[in-house]
Parts: sequence; C-alpha cells; structure tokens
Amino acid sequence: MSFHPQMPYGTPQWHRSERVLADEGPPFAFTPENRQKLEEIASHYPPERRVSAVLPALYLVQEQQTHLTGNAMAHVAEVIGCSRAHVEDVASYYVMFFTKPVGKYVLQVCRTLACALNGAEHVTAELCRQLGVAPGGTDAAGEFTVMEMECLGACDRAPVVMVNNEHWHECQSPEAIQALIRDLREKGVAALTGCHHTKE
Amino acid sequence: MRLPEPVLTPHVKKPHGHTLEHYLQTGGYQALRKALALTPDQVIEQVKQSGLRGRGGAGFPTGMKWGFVPKDSPKPKYLCVNADESEPGTFKDHVLMERNPHLLFEGCVIACRSIGAKVAYIYIRGEFYHVQRVLEAELEKARAAGYVGKNILGSGVDCDIWVHRGAGAYEAGEESALLESLEGKRAQPRLRPPFPAVVGLYGCPTIINNVETICNVPVIFDRGAEWFASIGPEKNTGPKLYCISGHVARPGVYETSMDVTLRELIYDYAGGIPGGRALKAVIPGGSSVNVLTPEALDAQASFDGLVKAGSMLGSAAIMVMDETTDMVWAATNLIHFYKHESCGKCTPCREGSDWMHKVLQKILRGEGSMRDIDLLLGIANNIGGKTLCPFGDAEIAPVVGMLQHFRGEFEHYVREGRSLVPLAPWRAREPAGAHAH
Ligand SMILES: Cc1cc2nc3c(=O)[nH]c(=O)nc-3n(C[C@H](O)[C@H](O)[C@H](O)COP(=O)(O)O)c2cc1C
Ligand code: SF4
Ligand code: FES
Repeated sequence: MSFHPQMPYGTPQWHRSERVLADEGPPFAFTPENRQKLEEIASHYPPERRVSAVLPALYLVQEQQTHLTGNAMAHVAEVIGCSRAHVEDVASYYVMFFTKPVGKYVLQVCRTLACALNGAEHVTAELCRQLGVAPGGTDAAGEFTVMEMECLGACDRAPVVMVNNEHWHECQSPEAIQALIRDLREKGVAALTGCHHTKE
Repeated sequence: MRLPEPVLTPHVKKPHGHTLEHYLQTGGYQALRKALALTPDQVIEQVKQSGLRGRGGAGFPTGMKWGFVPKDSPKPKYLCVNADESEPGTFKDHVLMERNPHLLFEGCVIACRSIGAKVAYIYIRGEFYHVQRVLEAELEKARAAGYVGKNILGSGVDCDIWVHRGAGAYEAGEESALLESLEGKRAQPRLRPPFPAVVGLYGCPTIINNVETICNVPVIFDRGAEWFASIGPEKNTGPKLYCISGHVARPGVYETSMDVTLRELIYDYAGGIPGGRALKAVIPGGSSVNVLTPEALDAQASFDGLVKAGSMLGSAAIMVMDETTDMVWAATNLIHFYKHESCGKCTPCREGSDWMHKVLQKILRGEGSMRDIDLLLGIANNIGGKTLCPFGDAEIAPVVGMLQHFRGEFEHYVREGRSLVPLAPWRAREPAGAHAH
C-alpha cells in the first residue's frame, strides 16, 4: 500500500513505532537484591503510580541477563502490577532495551553529525571489518555487538563510543580500534577512557 | 554587560568541584537561605524581574511559566527537570549535572517551593548512566545535610528530588512526551491544551524546565535579580552556556552572556577551524534549527539575535562545518536522525522523515533527478506545521535550510552524480550501514 506513487510504503527497517516481540526465553524472576532495588526505586513514585518504575525495572532485567525476554517482561508486569502488553509496548519503543540476544560487549557508536564530521563512519566501518559483522550484528563468538546510536550528548569528544549502555570511550579513531578490541578482551571495561568529566 | 566570569561553570575542571564540601566552601546553598526568607510569590516575582528565559529551546520566560500553576488546586504539584539533552550537538546539561550537581538541586528546591511542589524528578537520558551515579551520590549527601528532603533548613519546606533515567529516545525531551515516559509509557507527546502547568504529571499541575534554566535560579538569588538582568542584551539576560562541536580546534562548553557573536564563539572561544580551512556552514542551535552561512557570523548569539539572522538559539548547540563538508551528505545524516527518532504517532512526521531520507540517499547515490529536489521541498511542506508536536518542524529544518543555502550542491549531485566537494578524508563515501535493531 502506498499513499503516494513515489513512495514505497512500509520500511524494511525497524522503526520505534513498531512493537517488536521478544522470544519467551528461560523462566525468569528477579534476584532478591534486584527485587529490593526495584522496590526502593518504586518508592520514589506515588504508590498508585508504580508503573512509573517500568523503565528502571527493565534496566534491572538487562543487568541480570543482558537482554529482555518474554518471560522477563511477564515477570516485570507482575511485580509492577500492569499488563504484559504494556511492558512489551514500552520495551519495544526505547533503543536501549535489547529484545534480541547481544554480545558480552555492546559497542554503541554515535553516528550523528558532530561525530560523523570527525570520522564516526570510519570507526563503525573499521569495527565491523575487524569483527566481521554488520552494524547491529554480533560476532561469531558472541563477544561483541556493534550498534549505531544517535547523538550521545558528548559531541565535543567526537567520535564517541558507549559500551553496554553505561561505559564511555571518547575521541575514537579507526587506527585505535584494533587496540580497543584487544584491551576489551584482556581488561574488560576497565580498558575504556570513561567520560572526560568524571576523570579526576 | 558581558559576563565578567563564569558563574555556572567556574569549578568544572577541579577534580572535586562537584562535591557538597566544595560547593559549601564556595558559598553554595546561600541562595536557598535567601529564597526561603521570601514568600513564594516574591520568589516568582524575582525570577520574573531577572528576565530569565528557558534554556531548553524555546526561550519561554521562566517566571511567567511558574505563574501558570493554579494556586488553588488541591492536587499535588510537580517539578520535572528536563535533562534529556538529546538535541544533536548539545552537551551542556551533561557538564552541569556532572560537575555542578548541587547548583541544580538548589535550583530545584527553590523552584519547587515557589510553585508548591514537594517532589522534583530529574529526567536524564538513558545514555547518562555515569551522570545518574554522580547525581545520586551527591543527592544522598545533600539529603543528609538537610538541603533536600523533609523540613529543609528548619523552614518547614519539604522537597524530595529523584533521578529518573530514560532509555534512549530523543522525543522524550519534548515536555509532554517526557511526562508520558516518566509515567512508564512510550515517550509520545500529548495533545495540548491542557498544558502541563495545569494537567501534567499524573494529571497534576507540573512545571518542566531545562537543567540550565534551573541552574540559573540560585544565581538570581545569589547575585540579585538586578545583576542578572544587567548581564547580556535586553530580554536575553543572564549567563549562557554554548556547546561548540564539529570542525573547531577546541570543541567544548563555554560560558558567557548572550551579547557574544557567532564569530567570537567559533574563532575566539573554540579556537577557529583547524588547518586554516574556511568555514562553510554553521548550525547555531542544535540540528532542529536552520543552518547559517558565514555571512551570518556577526549575528548576536542570543534568542532574539539569531531569530533576526533567520535561525534560532535552540539549545545553543553550535555545530561548525568547514569547506570540506558535503552538504547533501550532512542533510542525509541529520534526516536519518529524525527518521530514527520520530515517535511514530503522526503520519506526516513518521512517513515523511523516512521518505525524505530515501530521496536524499537516492541523490547521494548519484541517481537523483531535479524533480527529487522539489519533491523534498514538497514533502517538507506537508510536514511543517501539520504535526502533533514541534518535532515535525524540527525535522524539516536541516533539509529546507540546506536546500535554501546550498541548492547548487544538490543540483550538482543530480547533474554529475557526485559531490561538488572532494571526498574529505574523515568521511566514508558510503554510509557504514543502516541502523539495525
Ligand atoms: C522534539 C523536542 C525535543 C526536545 N528536547 C529537549 C531536551 O532534550 N532538553 C530540554 O531541555 N528541552 C527539550 N525540548 C524542549 C522542551 O519541550 C521544553 O520546552 C523545555 O524543556 C522547557 O524548559 P525551559 O522552559 O526551561 O526551556 C524539546 C522539545 C522538542 C519539541
Ligand atoms: S511530530 Fe513526530 S515526534 Fe511529534 S508526535 Fe508526531 S510523530 Fe511523534
Ligand atoms: S554527535 Fe556524537 S555525541 Fe553528539
């Protein structure tokens, strides 16, 4: 269907307005610590508005098992007290929730103008070449996923790479990619520079 | 008067500049004491007198906004600090929250008390996990010291502050979408009216302000509304942070007042363009505003000055492009951003952004026709002013602006099948790949 002859309707790419369903996955329940953390967070909102804590709850799931599954979202719905459909609806909208399995390290490269003006395309291309993946893909060993992100809010340190939604690596260059992959394998996230403002 | 010295960011480079101890040593939380000695109405009056305008994009007068909260409403009231900071090129709130968090808390307490709110939520973008950790650690200290929480400084005023982290959505920066996201839903905007000041978070009166706006509030009480109003040009008062990125020698956040010009910001503050290359284009307020050419360099970088120059101050994110920049590629890069971030609620924005991206990619591949250029303008015409939220107007700005100033480059692409400017070393010819999820 198309509402204009020059526009093929329906994008083959993911769009955030779509609702993507995750696999069911293994049975899931929060660990007692995570459950306690969730209750603490939920106390920030009026009791009848517990559903406000759905985003933090989904982050806790990802801390516990790297990505979201159907069972995990059903569990979140149960502890929050909303429908499973609501949790799935929310989860499929935000890019930082992974509804498919990801590697141990998710390398999230900013692709927006300020980073692109400083060579972000080369950084992504080099990462993909060395890991043998396409953007969005995970390498054969399940170790690295490469993702393109939109402006991360640190454009003065372009190009910026974020790892696992939390750790930052700044002023990246294609020449430094080989060392970055090696250091991540050897030292883990300690290999990253962090955000410039936190360095003391 | 030009701002004599930084007041929002004087200590950002000091290793412990963000701690409560350091903040107290440098006169922190004195403004709160002064504000608590006034009545809420007097506080709002002072903010009005200072001339403070919102730093989130639209430049709406802050004191006036606070005045919209219905005083007789029996419902609880809320303050939401917009720390979504997703406008491409913007990174000032990042610096303020990480390196001067107590200034934000102090501003939150003053604001909450004057609108009658007992709770403030700081909505940070999902990517700022490291910022959340700093904020929460410092909040804990402020709570223990009695600057946040119950019965603040013995005044009987209660104000709690909580940090709420989003999960990667530009649209969550739009105020009503932010409220939806905070309520645990998709970040999709609401129809207005009613405006959030009357029906906002959980259906209660809510004020939404940008981080930098709230950080300016303690400054007003510290130095006086008269001093604040004397800084910068008339109606564009107070200290202002500028984020400068792209092709400049010293990208970063710079604090000055709004009597500064784009030329001063780019050449004096940010050290000009590396390699002595010539300036080609500058986006003065984040990707959602019109691009300007070097002729506009002497424009005053203020809310009103940039409107006069044919653009907007927006989030004061100045992105500099030198002569090696291919404008068709730049337009494609930005429309990709909007296509990816459109919340999908209304058709012109969701479909139009994708369509414009497809047309631009076709031109970039060397397969475009002259009709495609007009088609771009036609699509833009069907988006602008026809969407639920201002995102629609934002997404056409890069395309329309670049076509207005650089149409020759688009036509060259169509005629010759390649760019007018030689391929710059920093840019791969083909986009490295489409976003996959
Ligand atoms: C699509 C869109 C994105 C926005 N993103 C932000 C943002 O990231 N940060 C922000 O402070 N304001 C953003 N705004 C502006 C807010 O809607 C709102 O006007 C602002 O937070 C009000 O604060 P102020 O009065 O202090 O400027 C955005 C607006 C739109 C339409
Ligand atoms: S204009 Fe775009 S972002 Fe705004 S409501 Fe419509 S689809 Fe969503
Ligand atoms: S453009 Fe990459 S961080 Fe802003």
